[in-house]
Amino acid sequence: MAALAADVGTDYLTSENTVRSWLLTRDHKRIGLLFFASITFFFFIGGIAATLIRLHLATPSGLLQPSIYNRVFTMHGIVMVWFFLIPSIPTTLGNFVLPLMIGAHDLAFPRINLASWYVFNLSGLVLLYALIMGGADAGWTFYPPFSTLYSDGYILVAALAVFVNGFSTIMTALNFVVTTHRLRAPGMTWMRLPLFVWAIYSVSLLMLLATPVLAMVLLLVAAERFLQVGLFDPTHGGDPILFQHIFWFYSHPAVYIMIVPAMGVVSELVTCFARRPIFGYTGMAYALMAIAILSFFVWAHHMFVAGISIYSAVVFSLMTFFVAVPSAIKVFNWTATLHKGSISFDAPFLYALGFVLLFTIGGVTGLMVATLGLDIDLHDTYFVIAHFHYIMVGGTVSAFFGGLHYWWPKITGRLYPELWARFAALLTFVGFNLTFFPQFILGYLGMPRRYYTYAPEWQPWNLLSSAGASILAVAYLLPLGYLAWSMLRGERAGPNPWRATGLEWQTSSPPPTYNFARTPAVTTAPYAYNPENGSYVAQDGTVHA
Amino acid sequence: MRSGALRPEMQFATLAQQGETAQLGMWVFIATETLFFGALLFAYFVYRNLYPEEFAQAAKETVLWCGILNTGLLLTSSLTMVLAIEAAAAGRRQALTNWLLATAALGIAFILIKSYEWYLDYQDGVVPAVHFFMKLDQAPAGELFWVFYFIATPLHALHLSIGVGLLFFMLTRARRGELTSGYFAPLEVVGLYWSFVDTVWIFLFPAIYLVGRS
Ligand SMILES: [Cu+2]
Repeated sequence: MAALAADVGTDYLTSENTVRSWLLTRDHKRIGLLFFASITFFFFIGGIAATLIRLHLATPSGLLQPSIYNRVFTMHGIVMVWFFLIPSIPTTLGNFVLPLMIGAHDLAFPRINLASWYVFNLSGLVLLYALIMGGADAGWTFYPPFSTLYSDGYILVAALAVFVNGFSTIMTALNFVVTTHRLRAPGMTWMRLPLFVWAIYSVSLLMLLATPVLAMVLLLVAAERFLQVGLFDPTHGGDPILFQHIFWFYSHPAVYIMIVPAMGVVSELVTCFARRPIFGYTGMAYALMAIAILSFFVWAHHMFVAGISIYSAVVFSLMTFFVAVPSAIKVFNWTATLHKGSISFDAPFLYALGFVLLFTIGGVTGLMVATLGLDIDLHDTYFVIAHFHYIMVGGTVSAFFGGLHYWWPKITGRLYPELWARFAALLTFVGFNLTFFPQFILGYLGMPRRYYTYAPEWQPWNLLSSAGASILAVAYLLPLGYLAWSMLRGERAGPNPWRATGLEWQTSSPPPTYNFARTPAVTTAPYAYNPENGSYVAQDGTVHA
Repeated sequence: MRSGALRPEMQFATLAQQGETAQLGMWVFIATETLFFGALLFAYFVYRNLYPEEFAQAAKETVLWCGILNTGLLLTSSLTMVLAIEAAAAGRRQALTNWLLATAALGIAFILIKSYEWYLDYQDGVVPAVHFFMKLDQAPAGELFWVFYFIATPLHALHLSIGVGLLFFMLTRARRGELTSGYFAPLEVVGLYWSFVDTVWIFLFPAIYLVGRS
C-alpha cells in the first residue's frame, strides 16, 4: 500500500528526541506540533475568560465588578481571535498536512516557519504581561476615542501583542503561498490540489493582504494614545470613523481568515467519509478564491449605524449578499456530495456535519444582520454575538476538532478511541447550540453586547446559555484526555486507516522526517472514491480495491 | 564553502528552483508591505482631502533641499544595486564588493541627511508631542500632517536601515564565495527589497514635500 513510505525505521517523532532537536527543528510537522501546544494554551486562557463571562451573566446582578467584566470580555476576544482562531487550523493542521498533500519534502522556508512560532510565543508573552498587569478594557476592536483617550487599561501592551502576532501570521502565510506555487510534486496541477490546500492558499492571501493593514491602524492608535496627538480624535481634527473603516478593512477579511481553513478541512472529511468525489470541484476551488477576493469589499457592513452615508450602506449591504453566494455554493456542494454516498459516521464526519449545520445557521443570520433595516435593530445586540459564534465556534472550532481527529492517526501513528470521540462530537453540537441559540433570542429581545448587567426578565435565557457553556467546556476537555491516552495506548494506525486518497496518507504514519522516501508523482484528481464498492484511487495513481 | 559545492536545501530539487522560490517569497512580502504603507498613505490622503489648506501650509515648512537630495541619493543607490547584481552575474567579485559598498554608502548617507532634517524640524518646533508650536492658520489639522510625517519617515528609514544591514550581510556572503555567477539569488532578493524601499520613498517624497508647493 504505502509505496511512498520510507522503509527506514525512523519517523519524524522518534528520529531525534532531545529538547534541542524540537526547539531548533525545521521540520514542518514538528513545528505544527509546537504551534499546537501554543494555541492549546491560549485556547485555555480564552476559555477561562469565556467561563467567567458566562458565570457572570448567569444572574443579572453578576459576579464581577463592571470594570473587571470589561477586561474579561476584552481578553476573551483578543485571545480567541488572534491567539487561537486565526492561527488554529493553518499553523497546526496546515503546517503539518500542506507539504504532505502536495508531495513536498518541507515548506519552502523552514527557518521562517520556525521563526514564526517564536514570534507567536513572543507576542503571547506580551499579551500575558498585559493580562497580569491588569488587562485591557477597550474590546477586541480597539475603537478610539475610548481606546486612545479614556481607557485606563494596558491598551498599548495589548496592541503591541497583536501587532507582533501579525508578523507570525504573515510569515506563515508567506510560506504557504510560496510553497503551493513552487513545491508541488510533478503532476500536482492546480486543478488536482486537494481543497484543503486551496483553502490554506486562499486564506494565506487574505492574511498577507489584510494583516499589514491591521498593523498600521494599531500603530496609529498606539501613536495617538502614547503621544497624545490627534489621529482619530475629533478635537484634534481626526476622524474616529476613519479608524473603523481601516480596522474593518482588516477585520472583515479576518472573519474569513477564521472560516476558510475550516471549509478546507470539511471538504476533506465529507468526501472521505461519504466515499464520493467532491461535487463540483472547480466550483469549490473558485468559490474559495471568490470569498477571499469579495471579503475585501464588504467591511462597512460593520458600520451601518456609525454614521456612514446611506448610499455606501446600500452598496456594502449588497456586496455582503454577494459574498454569501460562494459560501452557499460550498454548503450546497457538501450536501450534494453526501447524496448517494456510502456514509460512515465516524467522529471526524460528525464534526464535519456539525460544521455544515452550524455554519449554515451562522451564515443565514449573517445575512439578516447585513440587511440595513434589521441591522439598526440588531446591531451590537446578542444576536450579533450568537451569529459570529455560530461561524467561529460552531464552524471553525468544530472543523478544527474534526480535522484533528481525522489526521490524528497520521500525526501520532495511533488511532484514537472512536466511541469517546463520537460522544465528544455529539456533546460539542448539543453544548454549542444550548450556549448560543438562546443568545439569538436574547439579541432579538434587545439585550446589548458588552453590558455587565441585563433586565431580570432575560435571566432564563442567560441561565440556559451558561448551562450550555458548561456542557461545551466538557466537550472540549474530553478530547484532551482520550487523545493523550491514545498517544501511548492507541492501536497502531498504519499508513492509511481511512482509506483516503490524499498523498499524506500514502506515506507512513507518522511520516519520516522529509515526508516521502522519494518525490511522489501525481496522476489523478483528488477524491477518486467509489461509493459503490468502497474502492479508491490514491493521488499517486495506486488503485485500491 | 567552495563555490562548486553549493547544494540546494532538502525541499528543493535544484538551485534554480531554490532561487526562484526565494524571489517569489520576496515579491509576496513586498505585496504585504505595500498594504502596510498603503494603509498609512490612505489615511494621510483622507485627511489631506479634509484639510487641504492646513496641510498645504504645514507641508511648506518641510526642508525641501533635504528631500530632493535624498531622492537623488536613493535613485542612484538603485542603480548601484543593479550594477552589483550584474557584477555578480558576470562573476566579477571585486566589482560586486565595490557596488555593494557604494549602495550601502548611499543608504547610510540618506539616513544621515534624514536625521539632520529631523533635527532641523525639531528646531522649527514641528515635532508633535515633543516640541510643537501650533500655527494659527493651521489649527487644528496642521499637527496631523506632522504626525503622519513623523510616522512615515521613521518607518521608511527603519526599512532602509534593514536594507543596509542586508547589504552588509551580502558583502560577507560574497566574501565567503557564496554568491557566484551560477547562484546569486540571495542578492536578487535583497535587490528587490531595496527597490521596494526606494519605491516607497518615490511615493512619500511628493506626498510630503510637494503638496504645499504645487
Ligand atoms: Cu464583516
